[in-house]
Amino acid sequence: MCETCGCGDPEIVPIEVQERILSDNDAQAAHNRSHFEGLGVLAINLMGSPGAGKTAVLEATARAAGRELKLGAVSGDLATERDADRLNASGIVSSTITTGSACHLDARLVHHALHHFPSNDRDVFFIENVGNLVCPAIYDLGQAANVVALSVTEGEDKPLKYPVMFQKADLVLLTKIDLIPHLDFDVAAVRDALSRVMPEATMLEVSAKTGEGIDAWLGWLEARRLEALERSAEGHAHAHHAHSHEHH
Amino acid sequence: MHEYSIVASLIDRVQQEAAAHEGARVHRLHVKIGELAGVELELLKTAFDTFRERTICDGAELTINSVAPAWACPSCKRTVERGSILRCDRCGRPARMIQGDEIILERIEMEAPNV
Repeated sequence: MCETCGCGDPEIVPIEVQERILSDNDAQAAHNRSHFEGLGVLAINLMGSPGAGKTAVLEATARAAGRELKLGAVSGDLATERDADRLNASGIVSSTITTGSACHLDARLVHHALHHFPSNDRDVFFIENVGNLVCPAIYDLGQAANVVALSVTEGEDKPLKYPVMFQKADLVLLTKIDLIPHLDFDVAAVRDALSRVMPEATMLEVSAKTGEGIDAWLGWLEARRLEALERSAEGHAHAHHAHSHEHH
Repeated sequence: MHEYSIVASLIDRVQQEAAAHEGARVHRLHVKIGELAGVELELLKTAFDTFRERTICDGAELTINSVAPAWACPSCKRTVERGSILRCDRCGRPARMIQGDEIILERIEMEAPNV
């Protein structure tokens, strides 16, 4: 009660919190990350608009590297299992996370999918996010790197219009470059836009259709994979990832 | 529309704090949201007004402290302006975001006997 004047009003006190609102998601993401690192798996969060060519890039990745690398994927989809079906057909062990109306994946959904995933001996594990240039950027999933697919038909100004997505990207894949001859698309303009929102702007130009640029993408993945293996070795040298439950 | 899931996490967090302090009613929440956090403030307010009903936050106000983004060189600390190329023009190093992407619950004002 109010002690100042005895008016009977309840006392209102300020409680300092100063914590991230999504700290529960962060904790779950940290758990996922230690799971991936413990297994020496490179986990990639692949984001982009609907129709940017995320699934097509993964299919092209499987065509080019499916023999040398064991690839896995979970695909976030509002309503269907079409992406996972396409990826399984291309040789990537895949499952679907059906999100219903949710516009993004979160760490809990990915963790649940990992528990039901048919294999844990993958070299590279792609988390194909829900097609959306806004919401997925906010949720850490436990990935080692964020990759954003941006297709040439979306226009050069997308990095400036959706800075939150691009500032979180470790790599931008400019997709469908086989279409450039049919468009007024300025590659230099998109590079300039990226350099204004993405501090270490890195972009690779690829075509899933012709295979152009896919080698450079595989080179980028391989470099990240070696880093992931190093982290895994360091982790084993120190402590093993704490677990209260079994992963399959 | 991830603003709804942010509000759900926010109310959960407030409920935990209220339980820890035997708080009864929440009067006001102070949150800090970066302009490049990917959160639409109007949607956040609407989501809060919808979700607070019949929770510990029923009737509570939401005060949003919006934070402008800023970048700086990690070596010489020189700031890099929004909209310019995010690289230090002196050292050539990539700039680092120093603020502007936060989604933080700062403070809760509530009726609580045990603080």
